[in-house]
Amino acid sequence: MRFSIRASGINKMVNQTPVTPVLPPSPRRGMHLLGLLWGDKFAFFSAVFLIVIIVFAVIGPSLLGDTATKLNLRARNFPPFTLERGWMYILGADALGRSMIARLIVASQNTMAIAASAVLFSMLVGGTLGLISGFSRGWVGGFIMRIADVIMSFPSLLIAVVILYMFEPSVMNLVFVLGITRMPIYMRTARAEVLEIRERLFVSAAHVMGASTTRIIVRHITPLILPTLTTIATLDFAFVMLGESALSFLGIGIQPPEITWGLMVAQGRNYLQSAWWLAFLPGLFIMCSTLSLNLLSGWVRIALDPVQRWRLEIAGDGHE
Amino acid sequence: MHKYLTKRALHSFLSLAGLLVLVFFLARLTGDPGNLYLPIDATLEARQEFTEKHGLNDPIYVQFGRYVVDLAHGDLGESIRKQRPAIDVVLEAIPVTLSLAAVAMIIALLSSIVIGSLAAYRPGGVFDRVASIASLAGASAPDFWVAISAILLFSVTLGWLPTSGMGGPLTWIMPIAILIIRPFGLLVQVVRGSMITVLSSAYVKTARAKGVRERAVIFIHALRNAMLPVITVAGDQAAGIANGAVIVETIFGWPGIGKLMIDSIIQRDFAVIQTSILVTAIVILSINIAVDIAYAILDPRIRHK
Repeated sequence: MRFSIRASGINKMVNQTPVTPVLPPSPRRGMHLLGLLWGDKFAFFSAVFLIVIIVFAVIGPSLLGDTATKLNLRARNFPPFTLERGWMYILGADALGRSMIARLIVASQNTMAIAASAVLFSMLVGGTLGLISGFSRGWVGGFIMRIADVIMSFPSLLIAVVILYMFEPSVMNLVFVLGITRMPIYMRTARAEVLEIRERLFVSAAHVMGASTTRIIVRHITPLILPTLTTIATLDFAFVMLGESALSFLGIGIQPPEITWGLMVAQGRNYLQSAWWLAFLPGLFIMCSTLSLNLLSGWVRIALDPVQRWRLEIAGDGHE
Repeated sequence: MHKYLTKRALHSFLSLAGLLVLVFFLARLTGDPGNLYLPIDATLEARQEFTEKHGLNDPIYVQFGRYVVDLAHGDLGESIRKQRPAIDVVLEAIPVTLSLAAVAMIIALLSSIVIGSLAAYRPGGVFDRVASIASLAGASAPDFWVAISAILLFSVTLGWLPTSGMGGPLTWIMPIAILIIRPFGLLVQVVRGSMITVLSSAYVKTARAKGVRERAVIFIHALRNAMLPVITVAGDQAAGIANGAVIVETIFGWPGIGKLMIDSIIQRDFAVIQTSILVTAIVILSINIAVDIAYAILDPRIRHK
């Protein structure tokens, strides 16, 4: 029955195709995977899009200088897709005449950094709690799982709203809240894996040889559950991004003058009738990023699974 | 089975109690409602009278004790904002959200079962490719952005649908459509995956070999077994659709529980926050238990355990 893992759909998808340990990368294997990626055009373009976004997010803001905050009242609500004012205004300008493309790049850095930190936070804290819960035989384990139940049985958005009203909505608190609402998946997965692994022979062997519990957890068990948790984390990235955007959209996420894509949609909402691109374009970038992440992680799941990889290989041959 | 259900109900009750304690203290950390409800130049006496009236000047553990005793008597407190019992305010909002969520969930479930099954029938075919990309896009779409783009297209540009408000059938179209997108995207993927597994199993081959009509094989033989993971995910989406309701009700101005909660948190209306969270949690936990019962009905192995 549903005793063990009952998290989101994502979690179930992960469980349907168990993640096999990644072989040590060899040049030929890498080339082979690249060939497979080229074979699946959707996954290929997702990868290209994500690389472009990441490059812009990392180096873009430092190249732009103050372009994203420079006001230009003559370019107020300047429409996109014309080169009349040069490349910086190719995506139009907002109500204060700030270049949209510059603002989108600055926002991309915030969006990505917040999502990445939140995923890292929930993976580390959730994973650790799951480890403890799986290893302790007393009431502690049960208590930790009840916490996961409480978090999961309630709409994450409302937990976030309550917490963000208690504290000030700052970047740190936003990361903290997003991390907490996504934690149960890691707690449950880590616990389920530990319960299985700790019965294995090599754990008993380590025990007999006098290894302490801490050493067994850190040196023998953690390395085995890390790949699974990392896979879940990559899948979760898109969901965390959506969560951050929704909170910023509701006005309780990141606060101006800082911007993320979600906040840009909220700000553009007031100009729907006069300047549609202000709300539409940032949302389009959120959509394309999460879609690419989902497409690519679906592909990676199949590519790393020896049982299913033939599907890609056949499809790849068909294209060549 | 009864033993299991009792255990589940007990666990749900404990989660609920934990949640209530948490919300009680969290809500009181958000600040003093007096600052919001009294004019800025209110006298000290007026402030004291206000806190006295709402029982806010007792130590927090006394307030908590009183809350628990009142709760046991079925008294959920009074809304500061509306000067009415909190439970009345919440019970007015709940039907709006429930009807939105119910209609959205039924449409999402039925359409994803049909589309997911058809996609699983020929994995890799044209229909499968289109359905997979569409469902992935649905699961990846930021609902607030889709809502705003829909308003832009259908209300501002074309003028077909009203921008917001709750009323005739036309006002229901956009909120329901927005609410469907995410659960539909996730469910199509689950139905498809689970159908592919089931369709390649031996008993399906047997049914085909016996000459059962293809439609009966898919929708009667295979679907029943493929439904188990689908029901789990659909149950999980109960909490997810509440998230969606917050966004949809805020954007379209519907007087549902999501908008009520956001408003009460902003206005520090403690009694309403606690009551609406209590009621929402009860609804979600009941759905979880209903999912367990549905499992038992679908899978005799669980029923006879």
